[in-house]
Amino acid sequence: MNLSRALSRRSIEWIKFFIHSLSLSWAAVVFYQAATDQLGGDPVEALLHFTGISAFNLLLLCLSVSPLAKWLRASPLMQLRRLLGLYAFTFACLHLLSFVMFELQLEWQLLMTEIIKRPYITVGFSAWVILLLLAATSTKAMQRRLGKQWQKLHNWVYLAGPLIALHYIWSVKSDIFQPVVYIGLLAILLFCRKDKFIKTTYCVNEKRG
Amino acid sequence: KTHPLSYSKQENHGETLTPFNKVSGHNNFYEFGTDKADPKANAQAFDIDPWLLRVDGQVEKPFSLSLEALYKVAPLEERIYRLRCVEAWSMVIPWIGFPLKALLEKAQPLNGAKYVAFETLYDPKQMPGQASVFRGGGIDYPYVEGLRIDEAVHPLTLLAVGLYGNSLPPQNGAPIRLVVPWKYGFKSIKSIVRIRLTDKQPPTTWNLLAPNEYGFFANVNPKVDHPRWSQARERRITTGGLFTNNRIDTLPFNGYNEVASLYRGMDLRRFY
Repeated sequence: MNLSRALSRRSIEWIKFFIHSLSLSWAAVVFYQAATDQLGGDPVEALLHFTGISAFNLLLLCLSVSPLAKWLRASPLMQLRRLLGLYAFTFACLHLLSFVMFELQLEWQLLMTEIIKRPYITVGFSAWVILLLLAATSTKAMQRRLGKQWQKLHNWVYLAGPLIALHYIWSVKSDIFQPVVYIGLLAILLFCRKDKFIKTTYCVNEKRG
Repeated sequence: KTHPLSYSKQENHGETLTPFNKVSGHNNFYEFGTDKADPKANAQAFDIDPWLLRVDGQVEKPFSLSLEALYKVAPLEERIYRLRCVEAWSMVIPWIGFPLKALLEKAQPLNGAKYVAFETLYDPKQMPGQASVFRGGGIDYPYVEGLRIDEAVHPLTLLAVGLYGNSLPPQNGAPIRLVVPWKYGFKSIKSIVRIRLTDKQPPTTWNLLAPNEYGFFANVNPKVDHPRWSQARERRITTGGLFTNNRIDTLPFNGYNEVASLYRGMDLRRFY
């Protein structure tokens, strides 16, 4: 079976269209429900959960692209990675925006002290900063300009993932079941790249030696 | 499944009530699931008949109350209270109930009774959160709570059997729950089956789980932050969606200053 051939350019376009429309329409519906008080007892809390978990879902999808492409021998799938990563960043932005606008209701000073004083928020915010850097350098032009540095920079996603997982499990009161499932999924996706991590450490050591 | 109650009404002094659908649709009652919408979704088949509430421990006259007797301990009265959750949101709820003091007096506490311990029903067949670690948030059940005796007999301390004119919906702690309006909501234990007077400070569920985050007293205090968030302000849940500006200052003792004398001389940062 040659999936690469089956995945014509046209079908990749269709998958992209599907990712766009699902992400955007889902977000729009939930925001509309929250704005019109149709999202349970506390629309703010519901929206924070929705945007946060969506960002994590999209990041996991993004991280599963390359193992999946390798496993299925379907390299055209790799074209989906940037889009999924950008949507993970978009939802992370919506998450941060919801926190600032609707939870803290624009008490900027409180935002600053919360980022500094509350470790789980520090961790979540750090992950957002990483995603911001990756999104900002996601264009082909930036890729060309950064050359070898580009891959190094984008390897930071392997830090962003664990930070997001930590932010998630740290944020719950006692019901850690779902965060643990997410940590498991993330661990599997990082494990798929074990060779890459070993190689990187090895090379660094070799240079030092 | 709720039924109307006869009670004396309280005049509302200007605070906007949280609508019934939010009071009964946004609950922390992990016995029925950890999501705020879970209790309403999972508790509707909760059968409270027969019910037995035991009052015992260091008392002259231990006794038990059946379901019907819960509504006849004392004349029912409406109490419009602010409820401040430790998660920094709050509601205003018209409870119906009677002072806990009325119940304790019937049992005649002994001199040695210094604390009151409360216990929620343990019934994994009816409460999915108790049956499964995954659904119950990893809490050790049954849920337990406690008050110092002077807190328990304070006139504000209520045993609620209803809200908004009717008996309690299951997700709000049917058939009988505690309401201590100057403390964080988790102190107000739901679906009580046992009230025991004791000479020692009883263990309390959230304190056992995370002692650095939840103290025994758990008095609402804007000056003592939860380690993971500020308690200085809160979001008041009434009506309106995202764009309602509902952040207000949190008041010491949730605005019930008449209880301040109970804690005179205590370091409230230490005894949070």
